[in-house]
Amino acid sequence: MFYRLAGVRHTSYAADRALWPVPVDRWQIRALLALAVGAPFLLPDLYLTSYLLPWLVWSTAALGLNLLMGWAGQIHLGYAAVMAIGAYGAIHAVRLGIPFELALLGSGLLSAAIGLVFGFAALRVKGLYLAISTLAMQYLVDWIISHVPAISGGSQATLQAPAFRFLGVPVAGDWSRYYVALAVCVLVTSFLLNVGRTSFGRALAAVREKDFAAAVIGVNAFYFKLMAFWCSSFLGGVSGAVLAFCYYRAVTPEQFNLDVSIQAVAMVIVGGMGSVIGSYLGAALVLLAPIVLNNLVGAFARAAALPLHQEVLSHIPLILYGVLIVGFLLFEPLGLAKVYANIRNYFLVWPFRHARH
Amino acid sequence: MDVVYFIELAVNGALVGLMYALVALGIVLVFKSSGVANLAQGALAMVGAYVVWWLGSATGAPLWAVIPLGVIAMFFFGRGLERVALRRMVGQPVIMIIMLTLGLEILLRGLAPALWGTLLKRMDIGISQQPLFLGDILVNRAYLVGGAVALVLIALSLLFFNSRQGVVLRAVSDDQIAAWAVGIRVERAISLSWGFAGIAATAAGVLWGSVQGIDWTLSLLLIKALAVAILGGLDSIAGVLVAGIAVGVLESVIPGYVDPLVGGGTRDVVASAVILLTILVRPFGLFGREQIERI
Repeated sequence: MFYRLAGVRHTSYAADRALWPVPVDRWQIRALLALAVGAPFLLPDLYLTSYLLPWLVWSTAALGLNLLMGWAGQIHLGYAAVMAIGAYGAIHAVRLGIPFELALLGSGLLSAAIGLVFGFAALRVKGLYLAISTLAMQYLVDWIISHVPAISGGSQATLQAPAFRFLGVPVAGDWSRYYVALAVCVLVTSFLLNVGRTSFGRALAAVREKDFAAAVIGVNAFYFKLMAFWCSSFLGGVSGAVLAFCYYRAVTPEQFNLDVSIQAVAMVIVGGMGSVIGSYLGAALVLLAPIVLNNLVGAFARAAALPLHQEVLSHIPLILYGVLIVGFLLFEPLGLAKVYANIRNYFLVWPFRHARH
Repeated sequence: MDVVYFIELAVNGALVGLMYALVALGIVLVFKSSGVANLAQGALAMVGAYVVWWLGSATGAPLWAVIPLGVIAMFFFGRGLERVALRRMVGQPVIMIIMLTLGLEILLRGLAPALWGTLLKRMDIGISQQPLFLGDILVNRAYLVGGAVALVLIALSLLFFNSRQGVVLRAVSDDQIAAWAVGIRVERAISLSWGFAGIAATAAGVLWGSVQGIDWTLSLLLIKALAVAILGGLDSIAGVLVAGIAVGVLESVIPGYVDPLVGGGTRDVVASAVILLTILVRPFGLFGREQIERI
């Protein structure tokens, strides 16, 4: 009834293979895009800059990580380090007078190159060892950034993001920064929406499911794992640069420590591995839930006159990430994307309970 | 090149390394029996230290009474973790299980300070602060005691693997399905190894807590323990001993000579560098079984 599937009959392969074969989905996407573009006019600037903007940037980052974890089935516990490389690379590049667009690409390439080095070391071995060596990468990159003054500007230093122009337009206000983030996010999203339909995406899926089997049908598992690492690191670098330029507008080593890596992994797992909409939902939950829960617990403590320490409140985000990761892995391993899919499937055939679809 | 300085660094480093090995012991025990990389071991050590401290301060009992209690509590805590979380994940891809232990690590790291307070807690286990000279070498007493306890515990676990229960664990680590077929209760064996991981974690947590105080930073022992476990080979207890000493010595000697050149802080990256180099050169570690699937 809501999705009005009756009468939707595809008469060509192209139509059947479309990204959104059901018209309602297409309308939803158009509405969402319109809302995203119109958000600066609809929302107060505070919400725009402190909720919507970080959500978009983190969704971009989560999509990049999801390419590696969800599509290629590899694990990366040092994604914040990748983002840090991108952020520092872009800021130094723009300071040297390189145009922002090129700096963005360059930061992605830099992250991809360094990420590839670690990936090359790590991908010789599987699963567990990959996890541990990416963890080591996080520590190493953190350390190098904060101990090499040429990169970080000295220990405890903050590098301000210089003023920049995007496609010839100076990016100064909140609105323009939002639109830059939105543009990058839309680009990355459309890449990931389509990657599953390319030979590259299919090869990744084959490697994810069983690398021996993939090798048997002629897919070079090592090559495609490296490519997944490369692409994911590239996207991570770009999103790190956008995060530094559009959201923080400055960069310090602490913005990209291990906890941030864990946060990114939490986004992917909570959202659902291998799902585009899941990355958005996961990023939203991981970003918003601590804020909401902090306020709720604070309000509850005040209402019940409980002597709740600030310490407890300050640990709520960490506890929450842990609970979210553990809870979703145990009870809904496919994440929020699966929850969304369940709801959608229910309404696809509503008011009937089961139907061919 | 000052020989005494070098030996002093090496000896103290080796003792610290033994204390790292104690944390790594939990990782190895769990990996040996179930093939699960226990990334929650750092947090377990932290929780162990907190539990012992809390038992001590809540009851006012002396430490010799509190520590066994804490060990017992953590034994069951480890088993509980396995029962509630890990057992449900049997048969899932390894990436999921790793993430689950990492999630537990984060959860515990948030939960313990929230429950017991973030302020650094001092725990005095009765080691005097007097400097101890062996010849010309200054040795830290706390490290000496810690290293000795670690040695004893590692030796005990080596002995344990020759007992009847230990043979069961060895069978499980060899081949779970075959162990099942001959009537070994595999779940129970895995649960037991988690219990032992809890014990090793408590011992490590108490020792480290007495050295550096108890707060969430105890969970950072994870990366050092991982370095030890990887270098020694993930399924080798003897490897833990050797690798622990090796990592400890490296971690103490390298900063001793390199720090003045680069301005400090090399200590933190030695563990990461050890991990990366081991994985590059010899992924199964010094004593591990060569059964890593390469690509």
